[in-house]
Amino acid sequence: MEVGAEFVQLSLAPIVIGTLAAIACALPGNFLLLRRQALIGDAISHVALPGIVVAFLVTGTIATWPMMIGAAGAAVVAVALIELIKRLGRVEPGAAMGVVFTTLFAAGVLLLEQSDTSGVHIDVEHALYGNLESLIWFDAVGWSSLADPAALAGLPPQLFRLAIVLAVIVVFLVAFWKELAISTFDPGFAQALGIRTGAVGFALVVASAIAAVAAFDAVGSIIVIAMFVCPPATARLMTDRLGRQIAWSVLFATTSAIAGYVFAGYGPLWFGSADAVSAAGMIATVAGLQLGLACMIGPRRQRTGQAAAPH
Amino acid sequence: MTPDAQLELVTADGRRVSTESAPCPLEVRGLTVSYGEKPAVFSVDARFPSGSMTAIVGPNGAGKSTFLKGALGIVRCLAGEIRFFGRPFKETRRDVAYVPQRASVDWDFPARVIDVVMMGLYREVGLFRFAGSRHRARAIECLSRVGMQDFADRQIGQLSGGQQQRVFLARALAQDAELYLLDEPFAGVDAATEHAIVTVLKELKAAGKTVVCVHHDLSTVSAYFDRVMLINMRKQAEGPIAEAFTPETLQATYGGRLAASQIDELRLGSA
Repeated sequence: MEVGAEFVQLSLAPIVIGTLAAIACALPGNFLLLRRQALIGDAISHVALPGIVVAFLVTGTIATWPMMIGAAGAAVVAVALIELIKRLGRVEPGAAMGVVFTTLFAAGVLLLEQSDTSGVHIDVEHALYGNLESLIWFDAVGWSSLADPAALAGLPPQLFRLAIVLAVIVVFLVAFWKELAISTFDPGFAQALGIRTGAVGFALVVASAIAAVAAFDAVGSIIVIAMFVCPPATARLMTDRLGRQIAWSVLFATTSAIAGYVFAGYGPLWFGSADAVSAAGMIATVAGLQLGLACMIGPRRQRTGQAAAPH
Repeated sequence: MTPDAQLELVTADGRRVSTESAPCPLEVRGLTVSYGEKPAVFSVDARFPSGSMTAIVGPNGAGKSTFLKGALGIVRCLAGEIRFFGRPFKETRRDVAYVPQRASVDWDFPARVIDVVMMGLYREVGLFRFAGSRHRARAIECLSRVGMQDFADRQIGQLSGGQQQRVFLARALAQDAELYLLDEPFAGVDAATEHAIVTVLKELKAAGKTVVCVHHDLSTVSAYFDRVMLINMRKQAEGPIAEAFTPETLQATYGGRLAASQIDELRLGSA
């Protein structure tokens, strides 16, 4: 085998998939963070479990598309329930999210136990950590495989799904940039302009749900939750401009995915241990460390709003 | 038909012009808004004539801001007919500028002053398009009208309260509207800003625009405005300052919470 062949076969696809997943979640995460809805990523990834179980019970297969549709449907149901509880119960959004996602996740676990799913492999561990390390590019023989259509066709399907999802999210954010920015900053003014702020907010949550479900399938919910919050929060500490914040968040999502995967695979060897650790866990950890660093040395960590506080 | 709607003018070349060709910028009938069980605004009728400058005045929680939000459809109205320039708001948004309360937004939002002012050009820029250098020049021009042109690239959280209020006014100017609805534009601002804002509003009035402000400072009502609407859930009085801003209407609006000496002061101020 030529130099790097092993890397291309074993590590390239997981790194690319991890990076795509991280960026797809971080992009809508910027707006969720500014709207104080960052936990919605957490909610969506939890309710994916009952969605997947219901999809299995209905279709009887564990094929990818029914699972993803089930998860996405559950996300939409959860968002509708959160809105309903917020309005009927007049409670704050965080409380409504907490009630909905814990209840639906618990319902998913019960459903899983009570239904006849013993013959198939749906386990909670898989849902949490994903299986990034197993997304191997079997057909690759080296860097030259990147120019070989036959080998490229053998890439893990998650890579193509995530690439499509990421493209959809980028198009959505670019097309509705002004609407998202104005309705996030000043919803009353946005409504007076004729922007349908409710529809914009719902579209953002649906885009987040699509990102979460596609990423969840490939990398598990730990990365999904971390990527909705950490890169945008880190980026917010680097700049005071929305466009630049989003660019920084893409950079931080990318570096945490790559560095996390490399540390998980090779880090334990550097410390004399033979076993690699979970890539998903390490990626989330790196994202958290980046945020910690930015909290200490980020140029915009001093919040400026105090001067503007009323009275 | 009301008598003034039937009024007709005959121009020099003999054309008949009905007053209906210049419809009232904002007219509401029976506007009612409720948060939960308790109505915040109850069956308010009001008319804001073209070229007038009106203060909406009343005690805290009297529904002043809610009245504006109800008229603009930002909060849902239980009842009421609202006409902007004689038509539904949907058709006349372009002619209406709105300045929400400064404290209603998060000034930590990652945006510069110029970004906020350009939000006022939203309808002009258009769907799926981005603002260009032409729009930036317009925004700078609006900033210079409120004396903030040197702050264009400043992060909005670094501004003082008065400067933030001026940025909001500049955003409304960018909308280039016929009717300006402002919610507490003088709340918590410094004297220089108050003066700058009054000057701009009076310029708007001089240019034939219509201005409506939710206002909390009774002592400046007669100096800044030519009309007043007193509200405490229900409308208490409406009209030119001399008619509607009297000890009786104020007493009715504030329910005896104003001391007689305070009212005397106000009368001296308006005399």
